[in-house]
Amino acid sequence: MDSAFVIEKFILVAVIFGISLVIAMYSTYAERKVAAYLQDRLGPDRAGPFGILQPLADGVKMFMKEEIIPTTSNRFLFIAGPGLALLCACIGTAVIPWGSPVLIAGKTIPLQVSDINVGVLYIFGVVSLGVYGVMIGGWASNNKYSLLSAIRAASQNISYEIAMGLSIIALLLMTNTLSLKEIVDQQHGWRWNVLYQPLGFLIFMVCSFAETNRAPFDLPECETELIGGYHTEYSSMKLGFYLFAEYINMFVSSAVMAALYWGGYNYPGMDSMAVWLGPTWAPLFGTAVFFGKICAFIFFFMWVRWTIPRFRYDQLMNLGWKGLIPLAIANIIITGVVIAIIEKF
Amino acid sequence: MESLSNKKKVLEQKPLSFMERMYLPAIAKGMGITISHLFKKEATIRYPEVEREFSTNFRGMHSLKRDENGKERCTACGLCALSCPAEAITMIAAERKPEEKDLYREEKYAATYEINMLRCIFCGLCEEACPKEAIYLDGPIVPADYLRKDFIYGKDKLVEAPLDMKK
Repeated sequence: MDSAFVIEKFILVAVIFGISLVIAMYSTYAERKVAAYLQDRLGPDRAGPFGILQPLADGVKMFMKEEIIPTTSNRFLFIAGPGLALLCACIGTAVIPWGSPVLIAGKTIPLQVSDINVGVLYIFGVVSLGVYGVMIGGWASNNKYSLLSAIRAASQNISYEIAMGLSIIALLLMTNTLSLKEIVDQQHGWRWNVLYQPLGFLIFMVCSFAETNRAPFDLPECETELIGGYHTEYSSMKLGFYLFAEYINMFVSSAVMAALYWGGYNYPGMDSMAVWLGPTWAPLFGTAVFFGKICAFIFFFMWVRWTIPRFRYDQLMNLGWKGLIPLAIANIIITGVVIAIIEKF
Repeated sequence: MESLSNKKKVLEQKPLSFMERMYLPAIAKGMGITISHLFKKEATIRYPEVEREFSTNFRGMHSLKRDENGKERCTACGLCALSCPAEAITMIAAERKPEEKDLYREEKYAATYEINMLRCIFCGLCEEACPKEAIYLDGPIVPADYLRKDFIYGKDKLVEAPLDMKK
């Protein structure tokens, strides 16, 4: 392993880490702005022009606030919880292909930290680890509301992971690979998977709403029932970590949805653009398209949040076990039959 | 039992139809409604920079008026204080000296005139009671302050600015 490779990867990791933090930061701002505009309000507009410095002000506030650790809590786990939540949220970005290889200074650099051949499984593993941050935090707080919330989060994530996994199996039947890079490359131009797997995408999307604890499935943090949910006892930057982890999760799941179903960095007319822009700028333009798709999904998350009321817990479980799982299985069977028929003739 | 008013309706709770159980049509409709609000005008008024327009009969802070020669109209008759249901107005009357002829319209005037803005309910009865058309509630909203004593407004805050006589 030569040092150029290490430096190249290190820069890529730093850039992706920075971008995901900035996007998470500005998601909080976007959330407040979108919420405001959907409710005929203005939203934060005092800090800087249009309030674009608001996330900085919020960050400073979080750092400056008093740090309270309850005496009855399990101190080690109480501190480990938010760290684990943020860590699990961040490492998901490692396998996402951000663009096709870029030619910089006579060297082709892949815009993906690691193209492992089990990328989809890795994403699933990381996403399911994410719930440990919530569970540990909720349990270590030694607060009944936090514990209830942690239990809710755990059972919700476990239930919806099954439907999510089943919905992805139908996609894997089509793509014949688990590597995210190959899945994205197969969707060259207009051949986006969502056109072949609309039901699978729908199930995947509903499940990712549940996995990221976003409305209408935000039962682990419903204020009216559980005060603040699993982070009731948290304050200062530990609370900030939890909130940040939620937004990074949203970013990662938007990226996964865009990569798996909406073509990632592919867009119609990309071949003529590649000729026109050259090997350096065309992949970067593709990356910009990818980020456009991700931002559209993040907006969609927020749009849904301000439209649909929260599900009741039994409705949530009903939808997951009796609605989505049978649908996902039916989707697998239909996809399999169709693929078999196509291969036969 | 038979309903006396004939307004009683028996509500029928039908089980959800297939389309309703799918949630999706209703969700799509709701999303359409929320996105339409994105393009509506915001109801917010950016307060310190922009102020909402008051109606013409808005009653704000009091002002003690001057007549066309710039003399104070108030004669300290005390009718406003008497009519005030919140007992917010107090005053001390004084006799005008010959050299003060240009300052006060009549021989008697209010040496001090105080309104406690925390007591005042802005009903406008003082305005109605005044025989000299000396007090009107035509000012802006009374601003916030930190101490209770600062809400007792004296003549320095209530009396209109002197007229510019040179014009």
